[in-house]
Order: sequence, then C-alpha cells, then structure tokens
Amino acid sequence: MNKFHRLSVFVVRLMMGLALVGWAGMARAETFQDSAGRTVAIAGPVGKVFPAGPPASIFLYMLAPDLMAGWTRAPRGAERGLLVPAYADLPTIGRLTGRGGSANLETVLAVKPDLILDYGSMKRTYVSLADRVQAQINIPYALIDGRFEKIADAIGAVGRLIGRAQALEPKAREAERIMAELKAVRDALPAGKAPRVYYGRGADGLQTGVGGSINVELLKYAGAVNVAAGEGVGGRGNLASVSIEQVLAWDPDVILTTDPNFYDRVWADAVWQRMRAVRAGRVYLSPTLPFGWFDRPPSANRLIGLRWLLAVLYPERYNAELEAETRRFYRLFYHLDLSDAQLAQVLGPGTRPGTGRSK
Amino acid sequence: MRLAGIPWFAAGLAGLFVLFCLAAATGQYPLSVGDVLGALWQGISGARGDDAAATVVLDIRLPRLAAALLVGLALAASGATYQTVFRNPLVAPDILGVSAGAGLGAVFAIFLSLPVAMIQAFAFVFGLGAVAIVYGMAKVVRGAHEPILVLVLAGVVIGAVMGAGISALTYLADPYDQLPAITFWLMGSLAGVTYDDLMAAWPAVALGLLPLAALRWRVNLMALSEDEARALGVDTARLRVGLVVAATLMTSSVVAISGTVGWVGLIIPHMARFIVGPEFSRLLPATVLIGAAYVLAVDTLARSLVAVEIPIGILNAFIGAPLFLWVLARARRSWS
Repeated sequence: MNKFHRLSVFVVRLMMGLALVGWAGMARAETFQDSAGRTVAIAGPVGKVFPAGPPASIFLYMLAPDLMAGWTRAPRGAERGLLVPAYADLPTIGRLTGRGGSANLETVLAVKPDLILDYGSMKRTYVSLADRVQAQINIPYALIDGRFEKIADAIGAVGRLIGRAQALEPKAREAERIMAELKAVRDALPAGKAPRVYYGRGADGLQTGVGGSINVELLKYAGAVNVAAGEGVGGRGNLASVSIEQVLAWDPDVILTTDPNFYDRVWADAVWQRMRAVRAGRVYLSPTLPFGWFDRPPSANRLIGLRWLLAVLYPERYNAELEAETRRFYRLFYHLDLSDAQLAQVLGPGTRPGTGRSK
Repeated sequence: MRLAGIPWFAAGLAGLFVLFCLAAATGQYPLSVGDVLGALWQGISGARGDDAAATVVLDIRLPRLAAALLVGLALAASGATYQTVFRNPLVAPDILGVSAGAGLGAVFAIFLSLPVAMIQAFAFVFGLGAVAIVYGMAKVVRGAHEPILVLVLAGVVIGAVMGAGISALTYLADPYDQLPAITFWLMGSLAGVTYDDLMAAWPAVALGLLPLAALRWRVNLMALSEDEARALGVDTARLRVGLVVAATLMTSSVVAISGTVGWVGLIIPHMARFIVGPEFSRLLPATVLIGAAYVLAVDTLARSLVAVEIPIGILNAFIGAPLFLWVLARARRSWS
C-alpha cells in the first residue's frame, strides 16, 4: 500500500512537472493566426525564414532580406546586378510549393529555419501542404494571403510573425499610399474613358491573360480594361492563346508585353502595324529587373508596376515622376540607391513613353 | 475502278475548295461575305487597298489556311508512308523521334528566350537531328536483328531521351514566363502563322512529297518481304531510306511552324485506307486530300469557336476520335 502510495505521488509529481514544462514551453511560444486561419506557434526570436515559393522569396527579400535562408530559384545575369550583393549570393534552396516542388524536406531541416513562409494563394492545396510539412518536420509554417489589395496587411502580418512590426511600418504605409493613389486615379477617370489594353506574352505575343487572370490583375487597379475579358472569353482567369485576327478585332489602345522578342516583332510586322496601339506608338515593354514589374512573379514586386502602368496609360500626368518613384521604391523595398546607369538599365528602351520605337 | 480514279480525286479537290472558301469567310474579325470576296479580289487583281478586310483576309486568314492545308497534307502523307514502310498500322510520323526532337528544339529555343523564327529553326533542325541519330544508332546495332525492328526500337529510345530533355528544360524554365510558352508550343497551334513561315516550310514539304508521288507505284512493294521484293529487282533497303527521309523532311518542316500536332499522321491514313484501299498510288492522294481537309476544318474551329484559341492538340482528339470510330464502323474495305 505504502509502495503504491509512493508510486502514485511520484506519478502525480511527474505529471505536474511535465505540465509545468509544457506550460513554460507554451508561454515562450507565441501563437499567431495566419491568413488561412491556421494556428502557428513560434518559439523565440525568428532568425531565419525559409520561403516556400518564389513569391514568398521576393516578399521576404523586400521586407527582411537578412532573414532569408536562400532563394527558391537562383537570381540570374542582370538580375544579380540589381540585388544587394550579399543577398544575391544566398544559396538556392528550391521551393516547397507548386508544380515541380524541388525542395527536399531534409534540405529544409538542414537549413534550420525558425519559420517557413508562404505568400500567395490560400487554396486548399497550399493549406494542406503547410499542415503536412509542419506536422512532419515540426517547423512553424505560415501562409500569408498574397492578394494584391492585401499587400499592406500582408506586410503587417509578416512584421508580427518575425517580431518587426514597427520596422516594417513605413513599407506598409508606402504600399497603402500607392494603392490609395491608384484608387484616386480610378475614381477620377471619366466613365467610358478607361484605356483598353492588350497584354501579349510569348515571342509572338499571342498568349494573354484572359478574364480575371492574375497575370493581368494590375490593369483593373490602374483603371484599364483588359480586352481579353468579357464576351466569349470566359470569366475564369488563366493564360490562353489568341489569334492575331482576334487581337485586330479588339484593336486595343495600348499593348503591353514582357517579351523583348515580341516588342521587336510588333514594329516589323504588317498586321500588328494596322493596330491603333502600334500606329500611335503605344506599345510598352515591362521592366523586369530585378523582379518583374507587371505580371510575374505574382508578389509585392508588382507594386512598382502600378506606377509604371500610370506612366504608360496616362503619360501626360504620370510619366515625368516615374524615375523619382522608381528610385524611391527601390530604396525602400530593394535596399538599393539606384545609380543613373542602373536606373537606365531598369527603365530601358521601350519601357515608357518617349523611350520607345514607333514606325 | 481505275477509270473511276480521277473523278473521286476531282470531287475531293472540289470539296476541299468549298471548305477553303467557308474557312476563309470564318473568323473572329467581323467581316461580311462581301468584304471577304472584295478582299480576295484585291489579292487576285493585285490592286491592294489599305482596308482592314484586306489585312484580315490576305495577311491573316490566307496564310493560316494555307498553313493548315500544308500541315495536314504533310503529316497525313508522311503517316501513310511510315505505315507502309514499317508494315505497321500503329506507326505515326513521330515513331522515329521527329516530334520529340522538334519539341526539344523548340523548348530549348524558348528556354533561351529566342525569337519566333529561331524557335522554328531549332524545331526543324532538332527534329531532323533526332531521326538522324535514330538512323545512325540503328545502323550501328543492326547486326543480326530485323532492321525495321531495330529502327523502331531506336526511335522509341531516342524519343524517350528527347522527352526527358523536354522535361528537364521545363523543370529549369522560369515558371511564370517560359513554362506557359513551352506548354502552348507543345499543344500545337497555327495562331501566329505568317507568309514568312509558309515560305520557309513549303519547299521542304514539296521536296518530301515529290519523291513519294514519283515512287508511288514502287512503295507498294514495301508490303512484300525483302526477299520477295528483291526477286522483283527492287532494293527495298535503299527505297526505305529514301521514303523515310522524304517523310521525315515533311513532318519536321510542318511541326516547326505548327508545334506538336499529334494524331493526324496516325489516323488520317487509316481513314483514307477505308475509303480507297491500301494501294499506295491511290492511298497517297486520298490521304493528302483528307489530311489537308481535316486540319483545315479543325483549325477553323480552333480559331472561331470562342474568342481564345483552342489548342489543336485538344480539338484534334475530341473531333478525331468520334470521326474515326464512325469511319471505322462504316468501312467497307479492309485494312490491307
């Protein structure tokens, strides 16, 4: 009996002790709710973050490059020249998300991140991926909503996760300022005056983002209309191929592209030259350094793309300030004071009114 | 039956012409039949105006229709040739790796962000290159094996290697930029065809088709065994090389402008065979006609059903499969 009593006392003490240890551990781990409503517990300060995909790696570079565990895809060639050298040389660690996820969970463990961050879609695929990885390797995995109108919120959420809410405040304010200015532009636009834009991808310019595709998402913020939306195209946003006859029938006011081959072709091809946009010289090549401005990757890098859209869509009002805005954005988000040569490299020939080619 | 040969061909040509006119009047740009006829007249008379109708009909639709005809006839004719040469009904023009090689070339060019003309050039050269490697391999390992079997096996092997190359480049490509372009190329489309593309492709197709037409009587001998053919004084080995080169040249040059268009080279020769029988001198013209008409019809649907293009590869299977079953069910003639 005595023996049993001592044993039970021991068991009770052990349980209390364990509970205490557990409670202490929980007290140190701060819990957050990510954008998908998942609970993420982070113990101690965050010193290293593993970006789950390319949008997350860019977002992280913009907000806290010193915490980056590496790139999901190594920066190449000219891109490197517009990154802070120390960060351009970070290792390539692969990606967890998306088709062809190339990160090995052992790599993730070897990197020893305090947090895995995904920025972008909140679809079930990504939520379940986060749950699985978090359960399997026991590293907190946070999903942040990557919708464009939520950029300021997303900056705040990342700030809280990594314990830098105050330091990131100016960046959130800048994102809000840009979005607010865009809203003012949209509100001031007289009805029916929205510029009609065609976005051509690929070397022949005949692939485009249709409907509400994320590839052309920026257009609506700049008050422009995507010609490849509406009748007969279908509302579900995705990339599709179109015939040049269809583009001619749409006859857009402005043509945008990210492909230099297509940009060159427009000025040499007789059919493209029939189009209003080409005759008026309103074909623009989107800047792409160090990250795309307009379409890709779909991360916060596209904020500066909004300023660019204002400059090419409403040049009389916004073209002049684009250089100053570019410098400001790169200083705040890309940690870089652009030299004149770098600015000329970013805003190269064809990227905005006055630098392009026409017939 | 021999006398009846010319009328069916003439009727086929007339049908193709009607289809061509219908296709020329169809498209996304709103034009009346009168506009189309006016534009065509401008093209014929040489007095070209500067109106939109002329651009749409003469610069966009005509080259595209011509390209559809060219792609259809080239793929179908080379399919018929391959099936006869290899004495195998399941053989398609890509059996020796042309399509896989062309795909790798195009994907590589897209990966390097090259312009359209270079993408086509890469596709053409890689397509021919793949078949050349297959041939070289087959020569090296021939030994005691059946030569056709070795050739087909080598084609399968090289096709797999090229396919792996495509996968590797797809994996390395920029997922937001190059990957969609690669996917679209591999699904096949005639959306961006211009006269320049046609000018580059048709001489190679003609160069491949002429020997087939000239040798159409002898091709039948490929159905015999090598010994039987030799007894008739025909060197089937050399003939086979010539036919394969001709068919490959045609396939490679059209795949370069259209992207991968599967299925036509496999199915159209069978349809033609159901209608005119296996005799090659009748099979070739029938295949050419049906192939040209089929791709013309499918591409017209691809560009006009909805505002965005439907990739030919997708429509091809959805339209081709039931059509083929229908022909199969009604067929009066046997395969061989």
